[in-house]
Amino acid sequence: MGVSPMSSLKNTGETPVPRGFSRTAMSTIGVTAALSVAKSADFGRQIRSHGRGDRIFNLILALSAGLVPLIMVMFLGVLLYGAWPAFHALGFSIFTSTNWDPSDSSKDFGGLAFLYGTVTTSVLALLIAGPVGIAVAAFLHEILDSRVRGVVVFLIETLATIPSVVYGMWGLFVLKPFVSNVIQPHLKPLQPILDKIFHGHFPLFNGPPIGIGMLTGTLILIIMVLPIIVSISLEAIRAVPNVYREAALGLGATRWEMMRVAVLPVARPGLFGGCILALGRALGETMAITMVIGNTAQMKWSLFEPADTISSVIANQYPEASGLQFAALTELALILLILTLAVNLLARLIISRMDRVTGGGS
Amino acid sequence: MQRLKTFVAGCLLAGLCLSLGLACDHKSDSQASANASAKLTGAGSTFARDLYMKWISEYTKMHPNIEINYQSIGSGAGIKQLIANTVDFAGSDAVMNADQNKEAAGEVLHVPVALGAVVLVYNVPGVDKTLTFSGPIVADMFLGKITKWNDPKLVELNPDAKLPDLAVSTVHRSDGSGTTSIFTDYLTKASLSWAGGPGKGSSVKWPEAGSVGAKGNEGVSGMVKQTAGTIGYVELIYATNNKIAYGDMTNAAGKVIHATMASVSAAVAGFKEIPADLKMSITNAPGDASYPISGLTWMLIYKNQKDAAKGRATVDFVTWGIHDGQAFLESLSYAPLPKEFIPKCEALIAQITAPDGKALIASK
Repeated sequence: MGVSPMSSLKNTGETPVPRGFSRTAMSTIGVTAALSVAKSADFGRQIRSHGRGDRIFNLILALSAGLVPLIMVMFLGVLLYGAWPAFHALGFSIFTSTNWDPSDSSKDFGGLAFLYGTVTTSVLALLIAGPVGIAVAAFLHEILDSRVRGVVVFLIETLATIPSVVYGMWGLFVLKPFVSNVIQPHLKPLQPILDKIFHGHFPLFNGPPIGIGMLTGTLILIIMVLPIIVSISLEAIRAVPNVYREAALGLGATRWEMMRVAVLPVARPGLFGGCILALGRALGETMAITMVIGNTAQMKWSLFEPADTISSVIANQYPEASGLQFAALTELALILLILTLAVNLLARLIISRMDRVTGGGS
Repeated sequence: MQRLKTFVAGCLLAGLCLSLGLACDHKSDSQASANASAKLTGAGSTFARDLYMKWISEYTKMHPNIEINYQSIGSGAGIKQLIANTVDFAGSDAVMNADQNKEAAGEVLHVPVALGAVVLVYNVPGVDKTLTFSGPIVADMFLGKITKWNDPKLVELNPDAKLPDLAVSTVHRSDGSGTTSIFTDYLTKASLSWAGGPGKGSSVKWPEAGSVGAKGNEGVSGMVKQTAGTIGYVELIYATNNKIAYGDMTNAAGKVIHATMASVSAAVAGFKEIPADLKMSITNAPGDASYPISGLTWMLIYKNQKDAAKGRATVDFVTWGIHDGQAFLESLSYAPLPKEFIPKCEALIAQITAPDGKALIASK
């Protein structure tokens, strides 16, 4: 106990207290980056503009800034306009029916199976990637030697930049055989037990032995969102003032107790916000999921049955769609946009709260 | 307040710039067509991409004043662009449906340019012989009625193959595709239960029983290669170019046929009567040598052209395509049009008119 406080102080001491969210990995996420920009915008307000050059410059800036809301409004407008025939013809059946029939002159476009697939894969992925990602971040910041940490963080941030089609290929050639040859044979013997408990109404481990379906889709999402969770959690943990750690250690806490009592509770809003951002990413993920989920519009309780997601069905069917199918796909796009928008807003809210709680490092 | 005003002004200005940009684009477009040279744009079928690329490069070499651009965005998307009048011709592996005909600004002619076929790829461990299938059996496999590879019906067709006791999983195209259109058109003709079930189209509602969707030919063949017990369908060209083994089919005459360029061309020759508009399905064709899952790929052109110069260039291009252009098909592994088809195509092209109502006859 005599040595450990000193050594951990050395580790954490060289990281200056929060410098906002300006690291490369963070800027890709947008929302957090916008936050730090918003902070620095305050002092610009006091400067009055004089002269023609200033006015032209201001106009150019306003023009660029004006484009963003304009694009957003146009986005919503186009989607609403395109989805209107579907609102009219399908009503609420797009939320309640799983019958999606893409053939010519069909009138059945129920999107429930896609909604279910999107939400299930994303939430399952988050439930696993969240705790793991936070644990990795805590380990990196509180335990690992700072020189090694730099390398590991760099590698994790590199993971976040791999194109999703590469993840998809990897999923198809590595993960798929692994699921069908290793995971499924091991989980299948559990099914009779579930059958006994639920009288055959909960076929969680049934399904064709092909390694394509809900589980493979979820696994690929876990791997894809993990870097996001790790890098945001790392920032959140880094933002916890060192005095907290020193105080906890000074009271005789072990390293685990210090993390549990002083670090994680303070960083909690940030950790949570990171998870929500990862959820937003998972909800919208298209290419990798499309390659491994099986693209079948069905809603089953099994991990090994092929399923489908909103973004997959849009990617698959949009180019050839016409008439009501086109409208129904547009409505699904609108639903996805609203879903991700809501998730991002939630994350923003939580992160800004975190900023207030921890004093934003200032 | 001042800040808000600048911001609103920025928004308006940005909108203005966008609309101005669109307007300018339109202007330059109509100016270009005033010249003697013409610039054609086509879009559609990914199946026919290589064909159009080759034709365009050969044709523009001989006619340097003509510029042609083809974007392979899928048959359905190509038709959509043609309806929206953003392209001068569309490539499609399927005939336009009633809705699309209604939306189109006038009659659209379907000029066949080449033939294609769909073949069955499968992964059955322990089978080294080429397997033979028939329409009803393939339909039953995709309907989930034949669930094992050693089903008596399959064994009867393949007495020499050592078919294992392995579950059948089917792989279909998850994206809308002309390949699916040809395949389901064939199944509809070959199997009553298929006709009463999923039916035909560039995408259909697949039976749920263990069927997996994969994107594109490469997706389907990759999934089949990866997974024991699977059967899927891809274009003949894709299978040939990638040296993938594929199954034989029993045709309407009861003969076992391997898909080749010759047996695909024979499918057209098998029909005694060819409709004048050439919007025909050639699946399940009669004739001993016909490969049954064959289809045409068409160049879709408006009958009444809005722009004389572009219309003339389109007519010249497609006329060249059905004559001299056919020579390039074999090296790209498309099946060429049979000889008896060419006069019918010419008659179709002769119907294309300029805005003044006069026929646009190909300039030799």
